[in-house]
Amino acid sequence: MTEYHLKTPIWEADVRKLKVGDIIYVTGTMFTARDEAHRRASEYYREGKKLPIDLSGLILYHCGPIVKRVNEEWKVVAAGPTTSTRMELFEDEFMKNFNVRVVIGKGGMGPKTTEGMKNFGAVYCAFTGGTAVLAAKSIRKVERVEWLDLGMPEAVWVFDVEDFGPLIVAIDSHGNNLYNDIMKQVKQTKEKIYKQIGITK
Amino acid sequence: MTLEIVVMDAIVNLLKLAVTQLSPDVKHALARAREEETSDVARTQLDAILKNVDMAEKMETPICQDTGIQMFYLRVGSDFPIIAKLTQILREAVKRATETIPLRPNAVHPFTRENSGDNTGEYAPYIDWEVFAGDTLELTALPKGFGSEMMSTLTMLTPGEGIRGLKKFVIDTIITAGARPCPPVILGIGVGGGADSVMKLARKAVLRPVDKRHEDPKVAMLEEELLKLVNETGIGPMGLGGKTTVLGVNVEYAHTHTAALPVGVIVQCWAARKASARIWPDGRVEYLTHKGSE
Repeated sequence: MTEYHLKTPIWEADVRKLKVGDIIYVTGTMFTARDEAHRRASEYYREGKKLPIDLSGLILYHCGPIVKRVNEEWKVVAAGPTTSTRMELFEDEFMKNFNVRVVIGKGGMGPKTTEGMKNFGAVYCAFTGGTAVLAAKSIRKVERVEWLDLGMPEAVWVFDVEDFGPLIVAIDSHGNNLYNDIMKQVKQTKEKIYKQIGITK
Repeated sequence: MTLEIVVMDAIVNLLKLAVTQLSPDVKHALARAREEETSDVARTQLDAILKNVDMAEKMETPICQDTGIQMFYLRVGSDFPIIAKLTQILREAVKRATETIPLRPNAVHPFTRENSGDNTGEYAPYIDWEVFAGDTLELTALPKGFGSEMMSTLTMLTPGEGIRGLKKFVIDTIITAGARPCPPVILGIGVGGGADSVMKLARKAVLRPVDKRHEDPKVAMLEEELLKLVNETGIGPMGLGGKTTVLGVNVEYAHTHTAALPVGVIVQCWAARKASARIWPDGRVEYLTHKGSE
């Protein structure tokens, strides 16, 4: 378990050295994208349309923040992670299409993303779910917002962050997935629990 | 001040208390979980949670950015003066709370996915009514996050599958949910009734403090057994492994049809936001979950 501090832009070589269980903190430019932004971005890609912002080397955060408009500026009130598995549909393509190497969220992701991260060279990091005030504290500034027509949670918010973390590397670029390891043990335990309650399949 | 304004202010206040301050039973359960965990990863998760809870309370900021869908549970005395106005007052209060606290606007049209921007819409906020003989109003605000709500389940077991089937269903629900509902969670389990009423029982179970067992000793025993079984899974805080997968298991039951054993499970994330108050016709307000907030 090693601790790393990474700064954007983050490229393949930066993430290949990371292993599951490592702790990282990130500094630089981070953008949020949930279901609707992923869907729209993949449409743009299919149609050959340019995104309003170049995502290359930036950090993707699965998050729908609460932001408040104060005069001309947006202020982040709360910005914890959302459940990442909903983005499993899109993520391997999204990372490749837009050259994103670090994905942050909660709850882990599935086999398609794990395989995609191995082939492409990217990592998935877990931030503690529900800890929205801790997250907001590391966000220095809202740089811009795109696709606000999708609503506050689904819009793409671009943050300037400083030492955002601690994040636990939960899927690395070598095919390891921390959640799978835990769930494998859980499935074995399940058989024991079934026996205890008298279930014989 | 008119009673309408008193009720409106109390609702906004309840939403604010709910989203910024955990009730004492949940805070206590989280602190105890931190003491019981032995792995570094599990402790890191609970440390972050406890720190976040503390910061949110001091800064009067929402604990979690998913301030949920707004649900209200009303126990209305038949002689409470402004019953017919309550629906409108609740809607207005939700709009005001969304702007002032602020809450995240989460309510979208299910087909167009268009966000209403103020957490109101068709049947939003959700209001559950219960009438009793009296003249007070008891209001519970339950802003429900959907990371956990998405993991809620319903099954219609046969009597033959029985309590053993119930236990298996609860275990399967929590294992399927895995890391997604932000464990450690609270499980509200409804048993009996019909398809909709069993889910309502499960919701009612979530509203009961986690440290308060069912008054029927047999049901209380089932709650304790389920708590132990679910924590044996090892899913742990945030699904990263550990001893605490649930903080509490609450069960509520109703008589059901002789042919069936309906079971409903509502999964509630650790950020179990709930706040209740009692309002008298003369405008007095007593906060029940967050004492001293008057």
